[in-house]
Order: sequence, then C-alpha cells, then structure tokens
Amino acid sequence: MAAKRFPVEASHILMFARSVGDDNPVYSDEEAAKKTEAGGIIAPPTFAQSSAQFDPDYFLRPKIGQPWFGSGKEPTGVKREAGGGGGGGGGGLHAEQHFEYHRHLKPGDVLTATTQPGKTWEKESARAGKLLFSESVTEYRDQNGELVITARGVGVRTERPVDSKA
Amino acid sequence: MALSAKTLKVGDTHTARLVEDLKRTQIVQYAGASGDYNPLHTDEVFTTKVAGYPSVFAHGMLTMGMTGKMLTDYVGDARLTKYGVRFTNQVWPGDTLDSTATVKAVTEKDGVKLVELDVSTVNQNGVVVVSGYAEARIDP
Repeated sequence: MAAKRFPVEASHILMFARSVGDDNPVYSDEEAAKKTEAGGIIAPPTFAQSSAQFDPDYFLRPKIGQPWFGSGKEPTGVKREAGGGGGGGGGGLHAEQHFEYHRHLKPGDVLTATTQPGKTWEKESARAGKLLFSESVTEYRDQNGELVITARGVGVRTERPVDSKA
Repeated sequence: MALSAKTLKVGDTHTARLVEDLKRTQIVQYAGASGDYNPLHTDEVFTTKVAGYPSVFAHGMLTMGMTGKMLTDYVGDARLTKYGVRFTNQVWPGDTLDSTATVKAVTEKDGVKLVELDVSTVNQNGVVVVSGYAEARIDP
C-alpha cells in the first residue's frame, strides 16, 4: 500500500467503524470522545488499511476507463491466463496482518504510506495446493514525519481455491 | 475502566460476540469503507463462476476489524500498542463469530505496564478464523 497523501478524516473514520460493527463513540462523537482517555476522536485499530483509498494504483479498485475483472455482462470483465486458482484474479488472499501502534490516528492527520517488499516463501497445503507467500512492510508517517503505525502484511497466492474446513 | 496490572492474571479471558448471521451487505459496507473492492467479497457471480468459491466471503480485514472491537472494548481506547493476526479460515455470509482475548503475560517496558494477549475468533462451528496476539498499555 503506497499513498503519498492519506488524509485521516472524521467521516471516513465513522464509516469505517460502522462497517466493522463498532459503535464506540470515540470513533464518531467529538464531545463523548473528548471525555475519554483518547482526548478526542481516534481511528479504530485496523483503519490504516483503508489507505487503499488513497493509493492511486491500488489494483482492487475499479478505475475509470480500465477493464475490471468483476462481473458485468459476463462473469468477469477480464480474461485471465489459465491456471490461477484461489486468487481468483484478485491477486491472492490475505494471510496475515500485523500492526504496531506508535500512536493512534486522529482526524486531521495527514499520513504518508511507504511500502517495502519483505520475504517470500512457499508452502504445500492440502486445502489449496502450492501456496506462495509474500510479505510487505508499510510505514505510516504523519505530517511531522513521525512514524505512527508500522504495518506488516502477508499475502498468499494459492494454486486452487481454498477448501473450507467448516 | 482501564485494565490494571494489580488485578490482571495470566489466563484471564474476555469474550464477545462479534457478529450474528453476517450479512453480505456488511461485507459491501466494509468494501466501501476500506477501499478493498476485490470482487471475491461482493460479486457472487464472479466468485462462484470464475474464482470457484461457493459464495462471496468476508475480507480477512473485516474479521480483524470486528475482532479489534472486542480488544478495544477490553483494553480501553487508544491503549493498543500491537495487534496482529493470521487468517486461518474464511468467513462466509451467515457466519456467527465469537472472539476471545486471553491474558498471556503482564510485562513492563520503560516503566509502562503492558498486557500481552492471545486473540482467537471462532465461527459457529468452533473453527478458528482469526488467530493472533495483541499488546496494550495497562494501569499499574
């Protein structure tokens, strides 16, 4: 995830908190939030992931004038090379996510996100065939250049769709 | 309201129901808020006919986000210092999820008391969908 400018806004925090089913007023009510230890509205712990909204090249967002692999007239708008399984053309699945909070985000922060690739490894799985894992580390810095969140994500490409255990 | 090192014991747990009968609409809501529009989560036609899954399924990050509410309700606002998970099984529309934090250790770093937690979220069949850890500042 790379974003040159990720403005943290109260309305986005409200929508994000709603979407994860979190009605804690510290994410939506300025007056109530002031009385908490946070001292004002903050963002929920996984909010930094929505920096995708501000990554101009984020490939899981339809872009004007470009083919999109979701369904329309046809089940997919893009013909893919054969053999790709469980990723479903979506660039694979999310295997792990880790956050380290140096402080919590608040409305008015303007973040920069820079991502560096990390390790890659392979594993054989009974449920999905060969798995290709790749790691990336994203540093979120605020308007003062201070590191606020370090995020480490691991993605996995599977040979075939994952069999569900349940 | 904040947790205290004086009263916390290794093995203490906090459990919360995250969602009952997860709706496709909530997954759509998460796609819109997070910006992750992968059709695997919202486009039943693509997901069943092209990707080969039985239905759309939740973003791992939606389950991590819901699990985060269990954590912040337990440790308090702005207290988390670390939170990480592995996505061990998919979460499907209709799933009911329960999440538990278990105290693994009470530690101290630079004069600040911390609690280390094991985090686990399971579906209605007892299958673990998210497994991880968290660390939070606590009162002395």
